[in-house]
Amino acid sequence: MLNLRVIPCLDVKDGRVVKGVQFLSLRDAGDPVEQASAYDAAGADELMFLDITASHEGRGAILDVIARTADVCFMPLSVGGGIRAVEDARRLLLAGADKISVNTAAVENPDLISACADAFGSQAVVCAIDAKHGAAVSGQGGRNDGWRVFTYGGRKDTGLDVIDYARLAVEKGAGEILLTSMDRDGAKTGYDIALLRAITSAVSVPVIASGGAGSAAHMVEAATQGGADAVLAASIFHFGEVSIGEVKQAMVAAGLPARLTGAEMRRDAAEAFS
Amino acid sequence: MQTVALIDYGSGNLRSAQNALVKAAGAAPGGAEICVTSDPETVAAADRIVLPGVGAFAACREALTARSGLVEAITQAVQGRGVPFLGVCVGMQLLASRGLEFGETPGLDWIPGEVRRLTPASPTCKVPHMGWNSLDDISPAGQALGLAPDGAMYFTHSFAFHAADPADVAAFTDHGGRFAAAVARGNVAGVQFHPEKSQSAGLSLLARFLEWRP
Repeated sequence: MLNLRVIPCLDVKDGRVVKGVQFLSLRDAGDPVEQASAYDAAGADELMFLDITASHEGRGAILDVIARTADVCFMPLSVGGGIRAVEDARRLLLAGADKISVNTAAVENPDLISACADAFGSQAVVCAIDAKHGAAVSGQGGRNDGWRVFTYGGRKDTGLDVIDYARLAVEKGAGEILLTSMDRDGAKTGYDIALLRAITSAVSVPVIASGGAGSAAHMVEAATQGGADAVLAASIFHFGEVSIGEVKQAMVAAGLPARLTGAEMRRDAAEAFS
Repeated sequence: MQTVALIDYGSGNLRSAQNALVKAAGAAPGGAEICVTSDPETVAAADRIVLPGVGAFAACREALTARSGLVEAITQAVQGRGVPFLGVCVGMQLLASRGLEFGETPGLDWIPGEVRRLTPASPTCKVPHMGWNSLDDISPAGQALGLAPDGAMYFTHSFAFHAADPADVAAFTDHGGRFAAAVARGNVAGVQFHPEKSQSAGLSLLARFLEWRP
């Protein structure tokens, strides 16, 4: 049986891991290579690496960070941030990424998704969507309790309906949707379950829940109530508030399939004898 | 020291495969030198061959055929000299008689069967089949490769290998229906999952392959 995936996310700016609240006020959370290695040892199921470096000069340097991250991590590595063309994606894959995640450029040109899927296969193409509560001004217009797609790191409101856009992305060949609730990002009050449900019931590809996780219970809820195939979090993992193992244990306790690795089993044994 | 030819035909995840094989070679008692190559002579002289693969069946087949003399060198080593061979993901699918992704494409036809789109019976089973899944019904050949039911492996694919002879399936997995997670016939083995991305379970399989005496 397929296990739910627990995915730590490294938001990387100028070669350092940072994490903000509602996409702002970034604070330093360490070296990405060290963190990737620690998450690999902790039994993370996958790693998401988002390059939020603003400058073009930083882009070349990030390839080296990705290569060094890939070298220490024997789990799938997805990389997103600033991908505007197939060639950008190819460079990241050659540096060691297993999947690439497209966001702004895909909203502006959905054919970028098909071009990447044709070149690398759908399994390598993640469509990242930043969603914020509010009525859409396009698509299935008139839906007044929906969500709109935002681009440019949450700065630009496209007015697009999230459900319409998610369906389009899958039609174009996206193999997975990374769905971030901007309303919940960094708030630690739980994922936006209604948003998750809306998307998981609208598309046939796996959906990664993102934005709002504050506890292992929130992650269980994303799967049981939201239908998520994977759960992603950044700050609660980076700052040690919740461990990968605790999330997996909570999933198993809730009767959900999760991959327990040696790391948790050893810790359990240590706790049993302490 | 034995040499392992890791076939370079432009497949995207070559670096990951190399990285994991080097790590596995460090753990294997006899060690191994990992040569990333598309050179027919190097392939012809190798002690083991690994064929990675990411992307579409037809594109991978075309890329492999485009390198002059490469398919012939691999075939000669594997079928002629009996060199142990491991195909990974599309590298495994290429062992089939044909692939049905974007039309019909002939495979290497070393293990009769065809590669068809996954059609899970349950709508909750998404395609691509993406994530960590367990193995079951492991054949003696699968056991010789170290496949075990307790270690989940990382899968990411939309097509699966349907072997004409069930005896060629070394392990199954389930995602709204059962399909081949691994195939093996003689000195030829293939895995649908990515051992290079399956943490310790995957690295153990690669280390076992480096010692495999089919």
